[in-house]
Amino acid sequence: MTAFHAARWNEPLIQELSEAGARGIIPPATDPAIMQAAGDVLSRLPKALRRAAPPALPEVTQHRVVRHFTRLAQMCMGFDVTTDMMGTCTMKYSPKVHDHVARDHRLADVHPLQDPETIQGVLEILYRFNRMMCAIAGMDEFTFQPGSGAQGIYTNACIIRAYHAARGDQARRNEIITTAFSHPADAATPAVAGFKVITLMPGAMGYADVGALQAALSERTAGMMLTNPEDTGQYNPHIREFVDLVHGAGGLCAYDQANGNPLLGIARAGDAGFDLCQFNLHKTFSAPHGAVGQGCAAVGVREPLRRFLPKPVVTFDGERYGLDVDRPDAIDKIRAFLGNVQTVLKAYAWVMSLGADGLRAVAETAVLNNNYMLNRIRAIPGVAIPWPANTYPKLEQVRYSWEPLFQETGVASAEIEDRLVDFGVQHYMTSHVPMLVPQPFTLEPGESLTIAEMDAMVAALRAIAEEARTTPERVRSAPHNASIGRIDGEIPHDPATWAFTYRAYLRKRSAWSGPRSPRATRKHGGY
Amino acid sequence: MMAKGAGFTHPYVPNAAPEPRRRLLAAIGVGDIDELYASVPADLRLQGVLDLPPPLPGEHDLRRHLEGILARNRSCRDLLNVRGAGCWQHFVPALCDEIVGRGEFLTAYAGGPYSDHGKNQALFEFQSLLGELVGMEVVSPPTYDAGAAACSAIAMACRVTGRRGILVPALMHPDRLSQLRGFTQPAATITTVRQDPDTGLLDLADLRAKLSSAIGAVYIENPGYLGSVETGAPEAAALAHAAGALVVVAVDPISLGVIAAPADYGADIVTGDLQPLGIRMYGGGGCAGFIASRDEERFVHEYPTMLITPSPAAGGGIGFGWSTQERTSYDKRHEATDYYGTTQWLWGIGAAVYLSLMGPKGMVELGQGIMARARYATKGIAAIPGVRVPGQNGVVFKEFVVDLAGTGKTVAAINRRLLGVGIMGGHDLGTEFPELAARMMVCFTEVHDRADIDRFTAALAEAVR
Amino acid sequence: MRVGILVNPLAGLGGRVGLKGTDTAEIAARSLALGAIPMAGARMALALRALPREVTVLAPAGAMGEAAARAAGFSPRVVGEPAGVTTADDTVRLARAMVRQGIDLLLFAGGDGTARDVLVAIEREVPVLGVPAGVKMHSAVFGATPRAAGDLAGRFLHGRAATVAVEVMDIDEAAYRVGSVSARLYGYLLAPYAEDVVQGVKIGGGRSDCLALASIAEAIAQAVEPDRLLLLGPGTTVRAVAERLGVVKTLLGVDLVRHGAMVAADANEQAILRALSDGASATVVVSPIGGQGFILGRGNQQMSPDVIRRVGLGNIVVTATEAKLAALHNQTLRVDTGEADLDHALAGYRRVITGVGIVAVCRVA
Repeated sequence: MTAFHAARWNEPLIQELSEAGARGIIPPATDPAIMQAAGDVLSRLPKALRRAAPPALPEVTQHRVVRHFTRLAQMCMGFDVTTDMMGTCTMKYSPKVHDHVARDHRLADVHPLQDPETIQGVLEILYRFNRMMCAIAGMDEFTFQPGSGAQGIYTNACIIRAYHAARGDQARRNEIITTAFSHPADAATPAVAGFKVITLMPGAMGYADVGALQAALSERTAGMMLTNPEDTGQYNPHIREFVDLVHGAGGLCAYDQANGNPLLGIARAGDAGFDLCQFNLHKTFSAPHGAVGQGCAAVGVREPLRRFLPKPVVTFDGERYGLDVDRPDAIDKIRAFLGNVQTVLKAYAWVMSLGADGLRAVAETAVLNNNYMLNRIRAIPGVAIPWPANTYPKLEQVRYSWEPLFQETGVASAEIEDRLVDFGVQHYMTSHVPMLVPQPFTLEPGESLTIAEMDAMVAALRAIAEEARTTPERVRSAPHNASIGRIDGEIPHDPATWAFTYRAYLRKRSAWSGPRSPRATRKHGGY
Repeated sequence: MMAKGAGFTHPYVPNAAPEPRRRLLAAIGVGDIDELYASVPADLRLQGVLDLPPPLPGEHDLRRHLEGILARNRSCRDLLNVRGAGCWQHFVPALCDEIVGRGEFLTAYAGGPYSDHGKNQALFEFQSLLGELVGMEVVSPPTYDAGAAACSAIAMACRVTGRRGILVPALMHPDRLSQLRGFTQPAATITTVRQDPDTGLLDLADLRAKLSSAIGAVYIENPGYLGSVETGAPEAAALAHAAGALVVVAVDPISLGVIAAPADYGADIVTGDLQPLGIRMYGGGGCAGFIASRDEERFVHEYPTMLITPSPAAGGGIGFGWSTQERTSYDKRHEATDYYGTTQWLWGIGAAVYLSLMGPKGMVELGQGIMARARYATKGIAAIPGVRVPGQNGVVFKEFVVDLAGTGKTVAAINRRLLGVGIMGGHDLGTEFPELAARMMVCFTEVHDRADIDRFTAALAEAVR
Repeated sequence: MRVGILVNPLAGLGGRVGLKGTDTAEIAARSLALGAIPMAGARMALALRALPREVTVLAPAGAMGEAAARAAGFSPRVVGEPAGVTTADDTVRLARAMVRQGIDLLLFAGGDGTARDVLVAIEREVPVLGVPAGVKMHSAVFGATPRAAGDLAGRFLHGRAATVAVEVMDIDEAAYRVGSVSARLYGYLLAPYAEDVVQGVKIGGGRSDCLALASIAEAIAQAVEPDRLLLLGPGTTVRAVAERLGVVKTLLGVDLVRHGAMVAADANEQAILRALSDGASATVVVSPIGGQGFILGRGNQQMSPDVIRRVGLGNIVVTATEAKLAALHNQTLRVDTGEADLDHALAGYRRVITGVGIVAVCRVA
């Protein structure tokens, strides 16, 4: 591996660039006639509400602000910059043309409360994409209001709650069943919605079996919320039986399609009997991940649950698009207005570019790429593939284990993860909790990568495993060629040294070198 | 398009093409791609192909199709817009668009301290700059929107105090209230506090009467939903504290060059929406929330969000880590009391650019300019026969209510006439609060020059006639 | 950073020559005569090589530690020496001596027998980590390999690992040699817990064990009806439940509790059967043995097949922290009541209470 080095600007904090009197931009001028007619508006504020001194923001001339943020951008390994196979994240190419179209003022400068007749284009995209998602998922209606996968799953939990409440059964049906390898949000958001959560543990196959589900079902079952394939890349073939059993017990079935990429055009949530589902448009449907921003979940339901979808729902009378807000059974608002409509536009554009054959090609290629990676990584000494009893090919990702290497060298997966960055690729994902696989790492190559990129990733992993044997300190002290060196791992967790603003940083910096107390103890105030 | 197994050639899916597909299948020793789906039972496999429109794989064709649909929109550049109510038209510096459009940020995601150092620094700077505005030392990266931030902050206050009761203004933003009702349903009880429908101000006597040892959080919006600066906020905060409750204040961050930092009048936790800070409206997709508080462990431990913090790096300089992630739903799973996921971090970067550009002087000039425009507009509008501006004698920031009852016309009818002359009129409050029928809420910001305001005023006068 | 090390030079001798454990001097002598080579010192040296150089090592003279330390490149501070051929008494005495001189961690090389001796010597005064060198290693105090143990020790000394109470198990060697397994729970040591190893700085640590136990205790306190007779099994998890019910529980025994009061502490099978003889409805509360997953038949044999049948198979409450479940192979629970029919009846799937409002479903095999 020769000589990758990330951009390393040693860029100061923006506050450190401040020079008294410098201006970055001039706000719009206020007409003197307005000033005169309005009078001294600030004096109308009561003293306690009038700002005594201007906020202590930095004063930086414009080109230096440009350079500052351009340099920060250069110190990021987004998909536009390098290979990113982070498991469960479905990193893929986000076509540039989508972003260019989304910046059009006829979307970017549209107000959400405009009269429907002035936003027929926005509504048309929402409506058309709704129908496409129904076709893709086998559902009857979608909402795009949730701003992330987690919020989409939360929406599913709220709909399940509303369904049982409408039947007068909410108090009794208070348990949601999920699996250990579903996304943490499948456990967290029903808990937030007030449910008790039952987690089915995986057996020797790495997924829960029917017996485990049967032990969990009762008259208290409100529903089941899970991913399939799970975050291990393994598909539970008993899914239809799961759904039937849950229905038999009176519960609803919600399909978290966060891992839906390998199933586009292959299998549909509705055909497996699910009552509701959710997809991440910023993952499976290529909308850019936005530095953890601009997410969107498409939440779909079958007809009986349609009335619970949050307001508003886009309608079409054959001529005009409208907004249905007269929905007495709707669950409460999930996100402001219509959600991240720019993200919906990008997902719509992606499906329009690929079509039905293309979506299937996406799914198949994601699976093919993944099994190619598996085949090559399996051959790296020190890697184990969990659940050897499960001989099915994996779908879109694999949860691998460095346990043999760890036993041999003491080098942990989290350390290899940091070293990976030195090879010019984005680091990998280890695992969500609970960490049932020792020394885990999870790779999801997706459909966008070339064979050469995949080979380079395998070569990097192999090289690091070899380093773990020969020069383990090289791995442990990584990164060496990144935009920044290895950081102190305790300072972020110690109340005496953590700092979430520049002001706190100035106050606490002196404690960085002093004696430090161990990690903070988590406290609860009840409730 | 292509027969099954033969391959599919498209620029987004390189290995679907015949040659790489053959190579990969050969490498793993599989004859047919179907073998890789052995775990998916045959009876769950889709027969046939998805029922989707014919594709447009050519970029030019796709773009024309998309722009053809967008052409059916009229944007706030095509129209003169005075509608706000939770998403507002403000000036967006070119550099904000430029930076949030950079591919490195746009296509980054879950990178850590080393791979995404720049993203983490930008978000730390966002936290820092916003902290200066609100007067707090802890600021979260962006949450979904102001409503989600209010949900999280209010729930935090309840957990910290161990109390279930929540007091909110009766005329708060209705979507936010709906979000809050859904979110707190299992865990808390919401009671509304009266507000004067004319001034929009909190009824402090009603607040006092409803405070008790059961109340954990008092939520105040400043400016209020109806646009007035909540001049009673300091007293409301003092009352809440005397009853042992915590005070959550939702602000409009663009007002904080001229309005006091909420920390200075009693806020314990501050929330709000970032969208005014250099983020385009995107039909509401520009919304992004935040949470801020003092740097106290009891608060920090209840944040549902990531929190970015500097840490010294080997070889010099500072890197950035994520603090105490065990607070988040990612670690707590079924023990979670809140959830977090992909939120609106890109807009946090945009807001950081905005505040870096504006600096202290810019924020003061903006605040002053906005308040002057709103004040100027109230005077002109109040002078229209039959039209009242009930909050005229109070302090408005950028939004205010126009009472059209005296015109005998509905808000909808007036807005239709305004649209006829290219104006997006004010928000029809009667659709949310029956008691506010015939009232329209308008919004004036730094994007409106004198001609815009005069044009709106004249058009309204014409429309109500 | 001060580490005490202790090598049982005779540990593991019996294994290589087919004598199973090495619990008596006589077996050690026979093993050596059969050609067994002492390995414990070498394994300790392997572990020590993973420690940071700045660590101060305390060790008994010669084969009980000093030699291993020197082999790994340390200059140990020598603390006492064995009286002759190493005995359990030496282990106890020298471990105590090192604790008195002040150590942050005790690293020992041996097997279950050595772990028992360490338990006698220091209980939970300082954290302990085992370098696997014995024949039997049922106790969770051992690292998976010498290298892994050393690595974990290093992380702990750098403040990057928490501690957790782990079981010290051993089996009756005489019975084991004739093919019968009868494991006993001797107590609990405090061992470093490697959450940091898997999670790294980006994620930070997980929930503390202590909070998880409090949540479990609350959940079970809410679930059990006070008028039932509770048969509380051994271990720290169930002890936390007892504390929440207002009872001071024996750590290793089966205690009987009703209406929040102790009926019988450390009850044997006969006492339990007597308490059940009035036909009272009863509930068993047990937690799996760490790393192995046994919920019945290891360390709680007082809850005999008779007892279990009396209580009823539906009245067994299993509880464990998620961390404990995560460490079980395939998250599978095990039973070994001594009666195949009963084991068969207990097999299947069982709810495991992991906290308030949260349940895991695990297979019982």
